[in-house]
Amino acid sequence: MSQANDAAGPAASNMKPVQVKLVLLGEAAVGKSSLVLRFVNDEFQLNKEPTIGAAFLTQKCRLEDKVIKFEIWDTAGQERFHSLAPMYYRNAQAAVIVYDVTKASSLEKAKSWVKELQRQANPNIVIALTGNKVDLVANRKSRTHNDGEVDEDGEQDAQEIDEDEEDDEDYAITRQVPTEEASAYAQESGLLFFETSAKNGQGVAEVFTEIAKKIPLEHILSSSRGARAGGVNGSNGRVDLQNGANGQRLGGQQEKGGCAC
Amino acid sequence: MDEQYDVVVMGTGLTECILSGLLSIEGKKVLHMDRNDYYGGESASLNLTQLFKKFRDGDAPAAALGKDRDYNVDLIPKFMMANGELVKILTHTDVTRYLEFKQIAGSYVYRDGVIAKVPATEMEAVRSPLMGLFEKRRAKKFFEFVQNYKADDPATHSGMDINTTPMDNIYKHFGLEAGTIDFIGHALALHLEDSYLNRPAKETFDRITLYMSSMARWGKSPYLYPLYGLGELPQGFARLSAIYGGTYMLDKKVDEIVYENGKVVGVRSGDEIAKCSQVICDPSYAPEKVHTTDRVIRAICLLKGPIPNTDNVDSFQLIIPQNQVKRKNDIYIAGVSASHNVCEKNHYLAIVSTVVETANPQEEIQAGLALLGPIVDKFVQVVDISEPIKDGKDDQVFISKSYDATSHFETVCDDVKDLYKRITGNDLVLKQRLTQEEEQKEMADH
Repeated sequence: MSQANDAAGPAASNMKPVQVKLVLLGEAAVGKSSLVLRFVNDEFQLNKEPTIGAAFLTQKCRLEDKVIKFEIWDTAGQERFHSLAPMYYRNAQAAVIVYDVTKASSLEKAKSWVKELQRQANPNIVIALTGNKVDLVANRKSRTHNDGEVDEDGEQDAQEIDEDEEDDEDYAITRQVPTEEASAYAQESGLLFFETSAKNGQGVAEVFTEIAKKIPLEHILSSSRGARAGGVNGSNGRVDLQNGANGQRLGGQQEKGGCAC
Repeated sequence: MDEQYDVVVMGTGLTECILSGLLSIEGKKVLHMDRNDYYGGESASLNLTQLFKKFRDGDAPAAALGKDRDYNVDLIPKFMMANGELVKILTHTDVTRYLEFKQIAGSYVYRDGVIAKVPATEMEAVRSPLMGLFEKRRAKKFFEFVQNYKADDPATHSGMDINTTPMDNIYKHFGLEAGTIDFIGHALALHLEDSYLNRPAKETFDRITLYMSSMARWGKSPYLYPLYGLGELPQGFARLSAIYGGTYMLDKKVDEIVYENGKVVGVRSGDEIAKCSQVICDPSYAPEKVHTTDRVIRAICLLKGPIPNTDNVDSFQLIIPQNQVKRKNDIYIAGVSASHNVCEKNHYLAIVSTVVETANPQEEIQAGLALLGPIVDKFVQVVDISEPIKDGKDDQVFISKSYDATSHFETVCDDVKDLYKRITGNDLVLKQRLTQEEEQKEMADH
C-alpha cells in the first residue's frame, strides 16, 4: 500500500472520510492512468493500453487530523482529440496535471490545462503539476537549452520517441523539461509541483498526500457537494436518482419506485 | 480517423450521445464527431462567450453579466420528468454518477389573466383557486377514475374502454368545465394543443399518470434538472461511451457521407475517411434526408430577478394554455437560476417558447414575455423541427428527430428507442450497470 495509507494516525482512524473529487489531466500517453494505478493498487503495467473500461477509482488517504477519500476520475481517452468535456472537471476539488519529462510539448499542454481550470473550474481547486517518467532520465543529466529551442523543436523531438521503446535501455532518452523550469512555472502559477515515476513509484504517494494536506476541508464540508457524497437528500434540494424516495437502490424496479399512483 | 468503425455518430446532442453510449457498452467500435468545439449540439448549454458567438456574431458580453464560468445557458427548454424514461436510462447506465440533480421548484399555469400554482399536495389542491368547490369534487371523481382504471378489470371502466373512447367523452362523463379540461389536458397531460380530445383516452391517461407519479417521487414539481444545465446530459453519456471505448472528436468538420451502392461506407472530413457500416446523426448533418414538420420559436431571456407572481421560486415551469391566448399551441416558459449553476448569482434565465403559427413568431410569444418582468437581454431563435424522410434501413444512415416543443424528454427517449431498434434490430433492454464500488472491485480482482 502507498505511504499515504501508512501515515494513518490514531486520531484519524475513526474519522468519517471526506470525499474529494480529483481529476487527472494531461496529454495522451504521459502516464495519467499509470500514476493512479500506482497510487491505488501499487502496480505498474508496461505498455498499458490507452484508458478503456473503468475510469474511476477511489482511494483513502489518512492524515493526522483527517481522512480523505479521493474519487479519482480518469479521462477515458477523451483528451486524445482535444474533446474532454467540461463536465469532467466540473466541481473537482483537486486536479493532477501530468506531463512527460521527456516530452517538452506535454508541458505546454499541461500549461493550457492550468489556464482552462483557472478560467472554468472551481476557484478553490488544488492543482498539482506532475512531471512523470523520471525513471527514463534517472541517470542522465538534465539537457541544457534555451527556452526558444524547446518551443520550436520540442514537438518534433517528442514524436521521435516511440512509446514502445521507452524501456529499451540502449535508446537514449533525454530529459526535455528541466526540473527548474517546470518548478518555477508551478511556483508562479500557485501549483504544487512533483516529479514522479509511475514505473518505480518514486514520488507518487507524495502527490496525493500533499494534495490532501492542502485541500481546504472546511470549504468542502460546507459546500454543496457534501449532499451527493452522503448519498442522501441535502437540505439544498438535491436529489439522488439512484435512491428512490424510500432510500432503496432502484436498479430494475423503477416501476414501483416511489410512485403513488 | 482513417480507420474502420462499426458506427460513426455525428452531432453530440442528447439523442446521439445516449445511442453512442449504449452501442459502445455493447462492444461496437464508435467514432463520435461534432462540428462544434463543444458538446451538445442543439441540446448544449453555452457559456457567455459561446452564447454571444452564436447569437451576436461574437460581440463581447457586457462585463456586468459576470464570468464565463458562471453561465450554462440551455438552447432548448426541457426538464426531466422524475418518473420518466430519461431517469430510467440515467439510472440503469449509472450516468447519474457524473451528474447532480435538483428539483424544479414549482409548476404554474396561466388562467384568466392570473398565474396559479399547479397543486403539488392535497392541501394545495384544496386551497387552489383553479376550481370552485363543486368542480373540485367532480375533478376528484375524475382523478380517482384515472388512478383506479385497470385495463384488465372492466369493473373499473364505468363502461368506457380508454383504448377506444375519445378523451373528450371521458371529460363529458364527469361533467368537467372547460377551464378544468384545459388545466388537465395542458398543465397535467402536457398536450401542446387540443387534437388529443378526439383521440382515444389512453394516451392522455398515461400522460396524467406520468405527471402524477413524477410529482409523487420528490414533491414540489414533477421535474428534475441537472446542475450546470441540460448540456451536462449529453456530456455524461459521451463519457459513458468513451469509457467503453468510444472515440471523441470535437471541432471536426464533416464534408460528406460516403455511399457505395446506396449504402453508407464512411464519412469524409478533409482528406480523411472514417470507414463504417452505419451512421447516426442529427438532422443538421444530413439536411437532404429530412423534412420540416414544424417551426418553434425560443426566446432565451436573461432576467434580474424571479418572475412576478411565482412565489420567488428559483425555478419553474409556466404554461399558458392555447385557449387562454386564442392560439392553437400553448406557450411555455421554463425558468432556472443561479441555484442550478446556469447563470451568475444575481440573474435568472427564462426561455419562452411555442410552435410557430404565423409569419410573425416574435409577436406570438408576447403574452409570455409580458409575464417575465424586466428583461436584461434576449436571445431569440426560430428553428425548424425536422425528422428523417426514411427510416434508414436502406442506406444505414439513421437520423434523429429535432428536439420538439414539449417541455420534457419523453419524446427524445421514444426517438432513442425507435432508432436503437432500427439500428440493431432489437428492442432496447436496459441492463443495470455495476456501481462505482463494484466496478473498482472487479478491476482489482482481475
